[in-house]
Amino acid sequence: MTMKKIQDKYITYGMVVIAYVLCEILMRTGIMSSHIKGLLVPMCYYAIVAVGLNLCVGILGELSLGHAGFMCVGAYTSALFSFAMEDVIPTVPRFIMALIIGVAFSTLFGFLIGIPVLRLKGDYLAIVTLAFGEIIKNIFNAVYLGIDDAGLHISLKDMSSMGMDPSGKILINGAQGITGTPSDANFTIAAFLLLASLFVVQNLINSRDGRAIMAIRDNRIAAESNGINITKYKMFAFTISAAIAGTAGVLFSHNISTLTATSQYFGYNASILILVYVVLGGIGNIRGSVIAAVILYLLPELLRGLSDYRMLIYSIVLIVMMLFNWAPKAREFREKHFAFLNKRKEAR
Amino acid sequence: MATMLDAKNLSISFGGLRAVDDFTIKIEEGELYGLIGPNGAGKTTVFNLLTGVYKPDEGRIILGGKDITRLDPVHKNKSGIARTFQNIRLYSKLSVIDNVKVGLHNQFHYSTLAGILHTPSYRKVEKEIDERARDLLSVFKMEQHADVLASNLPYGEQRKLEIARAMATEPKLLLLDEPAAGMNPNETKELMETISFIREKFGMTILLIEHDMKLVSGICEKLTVLNFGRMLAEGGTKEVLGNPEVIKAYLGDD
Amino acid sequence: MSFLTYFINGLSLGSIYAIIALGYTMVYGIAKMLNFAHGDFIMVGCYVVFTVVSTMGLNPVVGIVVSIVICTLLGVTTEKVAYKPLRNAGSPLAVLITAIGVSYFLENAALLIFGADTKAFTSVIPWEGIILAGGALKIQGVTIITIAVSLVILIVLQTFIYKTKAGQAMLAVSEDKGAASLMGIDVNKTISLTFAIGSALAAIAGVLMCSAYPSLTPYTGAMPGIKAFVAAVLGGIGSIPGAMIGGLILGIIEILGKTYVSSQLSDAIVFGILVIVLLVKPTGILGKNVQEKV
Repeated sequence: MTMKKIQDKYITYGMVVIAYVLCEILMRTGIMSSHIKGLLVPMCYYAIVAVGLNLCVGILGELSLGHAGFMCVGAYTSALFSFAMEDVIPTVPRFIMALIIGVAFSTLFGFLIGIPVLRLKGDYLAIVTLAFGEIIKNIFNAVYLGIDDAGLHISLKDMSSMGMDPSGKILINGAQGITGTPSDANFTIAAFLLLASLFVVQNLINSRDGRAIMAIRDNRIAAESNGINITKYKMFAFTISAAIAGTAGVLFSHNISTLTATSQYFGYNASILILVYVVLGGIGNIRGSVIAAVILYLLPELLRGLSDYRMLIYSIVLIVMMLFNWAPKAREFREKHFAFLNKRKEAR
Repeated sequence: MATMLDAKNLSISFGGLRAVDDFTIKIEEGELYGLIGPNGAGKTTVFNLLTGVYKPDEGRIILGGKDITRLDPVHKNKSGIARTFQNIRLYSKLSVIDNVKVGLHNQFHYSTLAGILHTPSYRKVEKEIDERARDLLSVFKMEQHADVLASNLPYGEQRKLEIARAMATEPKLLLLDEPAAGMNPNETKELMETISFIREKFGMTILLIEHDMKLVSGICEKLTVLNFGRMLAEGGTKEVLGNPEVIKAYLGDD
Repeated sequence: MSFLTYFINGLSLGSIYAIIALGYTMVYGIAKMLNFAHGDFIMVGCYVVFTVVSTMGLNPVVGIVVSIVICTLLGVTTEKVAYKPLRNAGSPLAVLITAIGVSYFLENAALLIFGADTKAFTSVIPWEGIILAGGALKIQGVTIITIAVSLVILIVLQTFIYKTKAGQAMLAVSEDKGAASLMGIDVNKTISLTFAIGSALAAIAGVLMCSAYPSLTPYTGAMPGIKAFVAAVLGGIGSIPGAMIGGLILGIIEILGKTYVSSQLSDAIVFGILVIVLLVKPTGILGKNVQEKV
């Protein structure tokens, strides 16, 4: 690993730590409004899932439109555990266990979905990930789960067909989701998990496995001829990527009191929103994903003063940014007039 | 000398077209063997058969006494065949040295967990990988380009990097698919020297596809000529190139 | 008999998906981009008809014509302003994200103009329909018209592409942009024409859809758009008969799934079918299988 790459990594960590400390100071001194305070954890989990998706899109080179689905798995499985164990296990070990459960299940789903999906290519792969994301959301929306003295009851139809004793506890109530989940997450945990995700992805990139993954991205046929097991590394990268999305999901469900599998948070729209962060932050640029997620998440919130116009402005900003960043003509223009802004192209 | 590659009666058809028909080749250890023939003769298809990109309909491939006919490209490489490509296939978004390090993938090991946690064993092995990669680059006189993006290399250097990357997989047999294609005479000359050098330094057995007759007659000991998927001639370089059939296939018959 | 009713309803919904999918597949085949905003063109088409017919009180035919014209102009303009500059950007993701931006823009513009409340769309097809088998089988007028319109569109489109010069130019551009332009084909014009046709189809689909399912919000087009995209992929993206087949299959499965399996899980069933088909045939039912040359 070159010095440059090592430096790069610590700049990213430093950035997150400084932002965290700054936010903490603003919070403790009471300068930060409660509205902004409420945005801090979401900002972190969107940054986390963007980092995870970038591993899939930028490093592995496969377009996924279903990462919100993995987030959904992490959110539901962990919340289910926390909700069921709310009065049994104290907060700290409960959250740690919930985190492990959420990550484990999203890893499992990433692995299982990866098996069929990674046999496909390009746009076909993208649409199948979208399909899986929608299926996951749809199933979580339809599931009823309850517990009574006789054990667990499950139904995909309605509450009464669970056949549960009325004294039992409803865990998942169909489209109403899980009501009354403990809000165990906070900004410190969120920032820590963001750092952890960055640690995993950045270290992975600079390892033997990471090189193999990027080799597959750049040229699958050459990678095969170099003795690299394509399926294994594709599966590996996709699964880790899903696991990180699941981590974000755990934060999501432990930051609210009612968890529902709405399209806004777990549908393809959400997956696309995360993809927007990744693309605008720079495909394959991990730090860029964090920055883009934070800015783009805050942007509509900061435009709130403009009420109805904010999403319109957001969409225009998005289009203009894409044109400015990617259009060959705009690039020429930039190179002519803003040459000093251009960073040296780095090898990655 | 032992036989390195012994491929017998290889055939493959694509939708009724017999792309390679009854191809047989025997390469001794340390030999530099040339595979020539007009455009579309099936030379690259032979390479694709030998490296497992295609599975032959008939025939078998023995490498160093082991039957590798039905192995996939990954295991063909692991059992000792490395190749370059006619249309360069580098990892364009990786640096030059990382391209070589990918070639070293199966030569050095540490666990995935060690890779993610950057443990001392990771550091130790990565250091070895880095040293080995730099050594290889210096063999090809490319060490000054180590941190350049592969796609930013000049064309001739890209071809060399492909050979370096293939050598990194520590093959017994190296297949070069038109290594001099698109090179200027200077670059070609330098390439010939490099090929001779790696052959001597590593005792490498090499099979190369080439259009450039000067290069072929300059370095290859033996040749096989392919035409329309069939073998037209084989044997020592001089006699093959003097064969009237071969001349006819190359210059057309009128 | 009830099965037949559901089946015909599925056929009708499938026809709507098919019309949308035709637009998707044409744009994909020629511009090589996923136009995520395509579904929102449907919504725009609906609002135009709604404004012309319900608010201004004009004849539905006027509404449909105006809607087609506006959608066509919108499609062509969008392509010129937002997609064309990115055609040579080197990343298909760039134009995909821009299309998402356009989708957000259209949805939020509609939200500003018409508000978030659901508008009751008056069907533009006054025909009650027919009653068969002594009242056991009732087919609505809009169902029949929808199926008929989609068939007409398919035939016209196939004829247009294979029999006219402009259609041949489209085929050429979809095969190889560079070679087509060397052959003297105006690639820009051909792509514009494709967007125009695709958007006009979206408007027609919108009118039919809102006539059958008469509630209109700024997000009306999004989910049908995605499902039509799924239909296009199912049939083999880039293939016109494929889009038709994919659309019909999807519509039928959706309605039958909703009726006989589970109404909550109907989307999961639809997407599940896509997954299964692609696993058996990775390029869709009628898709071409292109192998990478080594």
